Amino acid sequence: MSQDSHSSSKPFYRYFFSTDHKVIGLLYTITALFFLLCGFMLMLVMRWQLAFPGSPIPFLGHILSPALAPNGVMTPDFYNALGAMHGTIMVFLGIVPLGVGGFGNYVLPLQIGAEDMAFPRLNLASYWFFLLGGLLMLSSFIMPGGAAQSGWTSYPPLAIINPGQTVWLFAMVMLITSSLLGAVNFLVTSFNMRALGMKLSRLPIFVWAQIVTAFLLLLAFPPLEAASVLQLMDRIAHTSFYLPQGLVILGMRHIASGGGQPLLWQHLFWFLAHPEVYVLLLPAMGIVSEILANNTRKPIHGYNVIVGSMIAIGILAFVVWAHHMFISGMSAVLSDFFLVTTMIISVPSVAILTSFVFSLRGGSIRFTTPMLFALAFLPMFGIGGLTGLPLGLTVTDIYLHDTYYIIGHFHYIVVPGSLLALMGGVYYWFPKWFGRKMNDTLGKWHFWTSLICMNGIFFPMFIQGLAGQDRRYYDPMAALHSVPTQPLHVVSSVFAGLLFLAQIPFIYNFFHSIRHGEKTDDNPWQATTLDWACPSPPPHGNFTKPIRVYHGPYEYSPVGHKTDWVPQNEEVLA
Amino acid sequence: MSSSTATLVHQPGESTGVTNAKLGIWLFLASEIMLFSTLFTTYIVLRLGAASWPRGWDVLNVPLGMLNTFVLITSSVTMVMAYAKAHDRDLKGFQRYISLTIFLAFVFLIVKGFEWDAHFRHNEFPSTSIFHAVYFTLTGLHGLHVIGGIIVNSGLLYLSRTDFDHPLFVGRVEGAGLYWHFVDIVWIFLFPALYLL
Repeated sequence: MSQDSHSSSKPFYRYFFSTDHKVIGLLYTITALFFLLCGFMLMLVMRWQLAFPGSPIPFLGHILSPALAPNGVMTPDFYNALGAMHGTIMVFLGIVPLGVGGFGNYVLPLQIGAEDMAFPRLNLASYWFFLLGGLLMLSSFIMPGGAAQSGWTSYPPLAIINPGQTVWLFAMVMLITSSLLGAVNFLVTSFNMRALGMKLSRLPIFVWAQIVTAFLLLLAFPPLEAASVLQLMDRIAHTSFYLPQGLVILGMRHIASGGGQPLLWQHLFWFLAHPEVYVLLLPAMGIVSEILANNTRKPIHGYNVIVGSMIAIGILAFVVWAHHMFISGMSAVLSDFFLVTTMIISVPSVAILTSFVFSLRGGSIRFTTPMLFALAFLPMFGIGGLTGLPLGLTVTDIYLHDTYYIIGHFHYIVVPGSLLALMGGVYYWFPKWFGRKMNDTLGKWHFWTSLICMNGIFFPMFIQGLAGQDRRYYDPMAALHSVPTQPLHVVSSVFAGLLFLAQIPFIYNFFHSIRHGEKTDDNPWQATTLDWACPSPPPHGNFTKPIRVYHGPYEYSPVGHKTDWVPQNEEVLA
Repeated sequence: MSSSTATLVHQPGESTGVTNAKLGIWLFLASEIMLFSTLFTTYIVLRLGAASWPRGWDVLNVPLGMLNTFVLITSSVTMVMAYAKAHDRDLKGFQRYISLTIFLAFVFLIVKGFEWDAHFRHNEFPSTSIFHAVYFTLTGLHGLHVIGGIIVNSGLLYLSRTDFDHPLFVGRVEGAGLYWHFVDIVWIFLFPALYLL
């Protein structure tokens, strides 16, 4: 299937049109890191307006066109566009492609002992749909009408009458296509391409996380695709799927026929977007399990509990979506149902976190750079998860909904949670990608500064939210009750700027170490899984010898063995 | 390793017992089911919430829809025949039946085109009412799937001249067949939902 890859000698074709899962995985990783940086910079611009409302943006204010920022002060429309694009880019172009497209593509075939993905050419197509969709999304800033302004959730009727949304929808359909191709590929690979002896019960937890993630993508994304097509019809063919009868906009009666339901979009959107939350989280959890087992030198605690909980999350993720809609005017009976399912889905998440904490007990912990990231994930995900409970209960949600409390909550899950774990994954698998290690000192600086800054950004938001500050306001001084907590925006903004500086050692370290990092052998972490049983970097076809798996993934510190780890492909004679 | 496993990919996997291609097609169809379920759900929700909803047979041309239903069901039969001929290594028979399937798909689209044309000439557009929005969008998306089927089947017809003896060929026909039956089934739900209810 993949004999044609790598045959071209031209570098452009070798890197951008290779069907090798490792090249595609690295392309995904680097592209996603680039998009993450873009999304982060949009937020830095927004943070200026929040910290110093109405004052000209330094440097950038003079470069931006007067339509976006007259006299250097951003307009409310531009602020809205930045917010919508920040959310969209971070979720659909940053974290998900990094966790699934990047790590999944590179590591999953290695960990199951496959020579490539099941459909290498579909894999390449998936990357190109992602790249073009992403560039289309970014380019909407320079198109007539500008970028989408209706939040990453794109609620109608606002999304249908605002400019910029059409490009967002087209880009979205491309990104969804990319995800669907990837999901089919991951599932077929995991089920059909495993090495001899690699039973499902011997799969590393990272692979299980990717399988559950792929099922979520496969089954949750099509409803959003359909919903996006319907919204596109509303914008282009002037249908009224999401427009009610007799809609009045700025005192004018809207010409569309009406008869649609705005709430329908919210249901369809969250039917995807709640499983999407777990798509952001599960690959990170998979990475954390690998790093924890490796650096505690003992088997992960409760393999069955973790895998079972991940599957439970995968199923329950489809029946909790409307907890995002408690104050939307939806029936109160429905609210009760979704309150109960939301409380139930917190159980498997807690089970996973507890297993991770127990995994530390009695281990001989090595505080390597990736381990620091994985350890930090535990309390950060804990804070993010626990602060979510008041949002899942209708009584408290009515007060907290649409305040900065929500922003603090989900950013704790995704940024010091998922993103830290993913960065730990970069440090962990870097020796596999390039045969060299990233610099430890720079890595530790990157870790501590990032961790402190992330908390500095997001913790003040809990206080602001509890004080009732609204999340979508362009000018926080516009509402009297948010004036007392407005100075906390300055704290967040300063830490956001520092977080940007904290990424410089990471970027330098990454590109410098590709050529000049300390050389490592094939298995520098002394790990057990199959990704470390092939050369670093692996050649085309991955394994230089036939692979056979004899036992589970985390055989660390076995009694009476000469080393404190037994690779999965090493037979142990009892 | 590379050369030895490359020959393995079209053989049934160890645990699922089906080929990569077939498993992939089934997973793809699972996502397609979610896509059309969403559209049908939208239809149900909008209809239940609508102040008034026309009866399908007052607005749409039931005999033409009926004709199209028969055309698609027949094309499913010819698709199965094409698969059977490919399985029995009968190149001429395969080409005859796959051509017939493609022809019937074109007939479906042409009939559909006449229906749409009649609506447009009566000044009925997707923006006319919520019923028309649902009708045009759902049949339009189904039509796109029919076009997709035509492309896939034409590709197979073209490939059959050179690749008929390729070990993957029969599996490809089977995959295309599964997809084509799915397109057929979607219409079998669409027809009563839009025309007869």
